[in-house]
Amino acid sequence: MKFDAYTIISFAVILATILGIRLLSSPRTAVTGNRLGAIAMATAIVTVLIHNSIIGLPVVIISLAIGGIIGTIMALRVSMIRIPQMVALLNGLGGCASLLVAIAVILDGFSGMDMFNRVSGQLAVIVGAITLSGSLVAAGKLDKRLPQHPINLPGHTVITLLALAGLCTLTIAQPHLTGSPAFIACIITALISLTFGVLITIRIGGADMPVAISLLNSYSGLAASICGFALSDPLLIAIGAIVGASGLILTRIMCRAMNRSLFDVITGSTFSPPAAISHNASSETPAPTTAQSNEKTKTPSDVAEILASARKIIIIPGYGMALAQAQDRVKKLYELCCKRGIDVKFAIHPVAGRMPGHMNVLLAEVDIPYENLFEMDDINPLFADTDAAIIVGACDVVNPAAITMEGTPIYGMPVLHVHEARHVIVCNLDTRPGYSGVENPLYNEVNTIMMLGNAAETLDHITEELARK
Amino acid sequence: MNNLILIAIFIVSTLVGYKVISDVPSLLHTPLMSGMNALSGITVTGAVIATGLAITYSSEVLGAIAIILAMVNVVGGFLVTDRMLKMFKSKK
Repeated sequence: MKFDAYTIISFAVILATILGIRLLSSPRTAVTGNRLGAIAMATAIVTVLIHNSIIGLPVVIISLAIGGIIGTIMALRVSMIRIPQMVALLNGLGGCASLLVAIAVILDGFSGMDMFNRVSGQLAVIVGAITLSGSLVAAGKLDKRLPQHPINLPGHTVITLLALAGLCTLTIAQPHLTGSPAFIACIITALISLTFGVLITIRIGGADMPVAISLLNSYSGLAASICGFALSDPLLIAIGAIVGASGLILTRIMCRAMNRSLFDVITGSTFSPPAAISHNASSETPAPTTAQSNEKTKTPSDVAEILASARKIIIIPGYGMALAQAQDRVKKLYELCCKRGIDVKFAIHPVAGRMPGHMNVLLAEVDIPYENLFEMDDINPLFADTDAAIIVGACDVVNPAAITMEGTPIYGMPVLHVHEARHVIVCNLDTRPGYSGVENPLYNEVNTIMMLGNAAETLDHITEELARK
Repeated sequence: MNNLILIAIFIVSTLVGYKVISDVPSLLHTPLMSGMNALSGITVTGAVIATGLAITYSSEVLGAIAIILAMVNVVGGFLVTDRMLKMFKSKK
């Protein structure tokens, strides 16, 4: 590392990136922050081209253009519901790029690299390959091309551990090899790592995806950073490390909000055994549950009556809202209530949806002002003074068993205190338990009205009735 | 010594990154993640070097593919983040 123009520009790029992330801390400045990051990145690319005098090389310029065009098309065409799978896919591409760079470097300049660079190159191959295959599996699950439930192969743990042992051996051996044996070792490493990435992600269940996608985000940064070590490039190291830290923070937040340890998520242990039992019980004896809730099923007109006389309501969206594509309907109800002078707030649980902050994006898309979107800790004290809480496709995140029923798998998970509201209106598809498998006692409360069925239709009916009142 | 500086850069960046990102509200966690995603495409600079200075034909091909993939990551990530962030509107 020399202190030349390249190094100075590198540090300017790193500082600009950090400033960009700082600006992301408020929705007012976030757009500028993101663009600053983009400009920093563009500067970095141009600097590298000029510094290595490869700006006129057709293959480089054409590749940059092709990638840019594909990226543009993807970004402009993706719908907000499908953002999680797009992010997972992009993670994978980033990981794959790091993997290929590491292989190319090992292939070419291996004899000129010191031991530090060599070990880094080998590690970059591993992390890059795990990110690639893991992200593709995650994207497949999020896009519902792969089954949602955790897949456990026979001897899954043994195979995983063997793969890990193989990788450790290769990491120690490979840097000592030269010529084609080194290259072959590197390819074997890549193949084992790809398998390893698949093995650890197919075990992760659909609802644990917010954790998986955060973790893979962290890996993609780490892969870039380690690639930077192989190339002795401070820019790659710094930016990669920042991304790695970001993914780690989000992983921690998601795990805490789901009441799960990272270990449980990665080993694909679904919520511990009691969950499975209660889930089975509910599927074997659906009759009583349905009967019970039928008694409580009132007409949309009754709900409209309650809303008409309400002063404060809180809407709680969950992944069910996204599945039913009910955001527009939520917006209509919101507007009608606002027009009638009712105070409407939205309560967003950290793990509602399939990635961190997913609900906020969906609601922002239908033009709901972000001041009305509240985080869990800010809104929980307000439920007691709320006339009606309207749940749209959420279950575990509003389950009071998390507070009261010690011994259930959900106990201790931070939840929204919906049960404290004067009336609770549940617009869910059915009364089946959420991912945790724990029955939701909220459904049997006296002040709960169950409006079962497609949330979009239910909300339509309620809004129509309310408009007439 | 050189390698120690690189490791120091790694540690400092992680810590600074951790500090700055902790301040991002959960409201913006999705755009944060897609923005970070775009940043992880910084590998594109490594890919450009690997391709431009490639000795063998195969490493040039690998590098070119890496450039394309990393660029999809960079451009796709930043643009989709921009699209999302523009949707967050305040009350009139």
